[in-house]
Amino acid sequence: MQHTKRALLLNPRDNVAVALTKLEPGDMVEVRGGVEKLVIRARDEIPFGHKIAIRDIPRCGYVVKYGYPIGRAKRDIRVGEHVHLHNLESLSTIRSVCGGG
Amino acid sequence: MRNLVAVIPSVVCASHVARRIADSVREAVYIDNQFGCSQLKPDLKITFRTLAGVGRNPNIASVLIVSLGCEELPAEKLADEIARSGKSVELIVIQEVGGSLHALEKGVRILRRLAEEASRVRRESFDLSAMVLGVECGGSDATSGIAANPVTGYVADKVVDMGGAVILSETPEMIGAEELLIKRARSPEVAEKLVRAIRKWIELAHSVGVDLLGTQPTRGNIEGGITTIEEKSLGAIIKGGSRTIQDVLEYAEEVQGRGLFVMDTPGNDVISLAGMAAGGVQLTIFTTGRGTPVGNPVMPVIKVTGNPYTYEKMSDDIDFDASSVITNGRSVEEVGEELLQLVLEVASGKPTRAELGDYTEFVIHKILPSL
Repeated sequence: MQHTKRALLLNPRDNVAVALTKLEPGDMVEVRGGVEKLVIRARDEIPFGHKIAIRDIPRCGYVVKYGYPIGRAKRDIRVGEHVHLHNLESLSTIRSVCGGG
Repeated sequence: MRNLVAVIPSVVCASHVARRIADSVREAVYIDNQFGCSQLKPDLKITFRTLAGVGRNPNIASVLIVSLGCEELPAEKLADEIARSGKSVELIVIQEVGGSLHALEKGVRILRRLAEEASRVRRESFDLSAMVLGVECGGSDATSGIAANPVTGYVADKVVDMGGAVILSETPEMIGAEELLIKRARSPEVAEKLVRAIRKWIELAHSVGVDLLGTQPTRGNIEGGITTIEEKSLGAIIKGGSRTIQDVLEYAEEVQGRGLFVMDTPGNDVISLAGMAAGGVQLTIFTTGRGTPVGNPVMPVIKVTGNPYTYEKMSDDIDFDASSVITNGRSVEEVGEELLQLVLEVASGKPTRAELGDYTEFVIHKILPSL
């Protein structure tokens, strides 16, 4: 098994955590800050400070960080995926995949 | 704090002469002004309010205004508006004194005298209740919301609790955080003002067919791990702390009273800092993820990063490393106390990195095209 790396959960309601080091695909990641201990496997390369999904998020479901929605999933997102421009859109975009502004 | 002598051009046409006058006297600071003429009323008002406010800033001892003579901005009224704070204000008019060289000579003589007079002022002790603190963030990344902004928010709460005032600016970077912020508004009226100030940026962008996401978050924010404006906002507002929002100020409006205020400024750091300086802010804490050298002519700007890599790379431009919140799991309170100590040292005269570098960017906000 590879060395465990860490990510930080900012609010118990969040479905993404922040990578505290650069993550590689296959890395086991310990998510700190939650109520229960959580270890997930990174699916993508995720740079320092970027977001990793800690739960599956359905297409157009809210992505939650700091306890509040920061946007919606542009497609289904699986646990361990990098969450960024390719799969997350702002609630205020006018080019929305999910519609409704 | 500081006791500076400021040279302010009342119009862009007088700006290079004003800059040369300021450059000739070591104690002087130059306040840049790109406007003052050919502006529509709302913009001319903003320019006037900003220059008057900066002239009245507590860090300024006295002011020399350099006017061309035919500009729209009323230079004499500007002098009066600054003088009501009790500061000595001098005015020279290039067209009246016989051109730029005469203005330069006359200006330098006046400025030397003002600098000499300002040097007689002695530093006195004040507690935090006398402080007006600004909080700013620029070049944010994902560490801003976890380390630098919470640590700054801790200091902001301390200043408010001790009876001081804090200004949180950059309303476009509150989009998506409205729900959180209005819960903290002093009254329904303040909540409504706040929502209006925030939403107008979206309407403005949409009215010209532009997606706000074209500029917010910025390219640097995105590389740093911030994907959406909502995410940027939720991380950004933490730097203002957690206290009640007393009121929403217009750009460059003078802060009245104590407690936490929001100022309606753009997200552009330099424009936001100029507005806060005009509002009476004496010192600003500026959090940055990516790193920036930006300063201000009248306020010490304390640069704070929560990104350990940025601190290592840009320590010449950054005053405080808050990354131990992430790397060593230190508490926000513990690191916040250290930042508060630095704030007190800087308030007592310790120069910031931006002051040592003499970085004095100053850009005034505008809404409309020039004519």
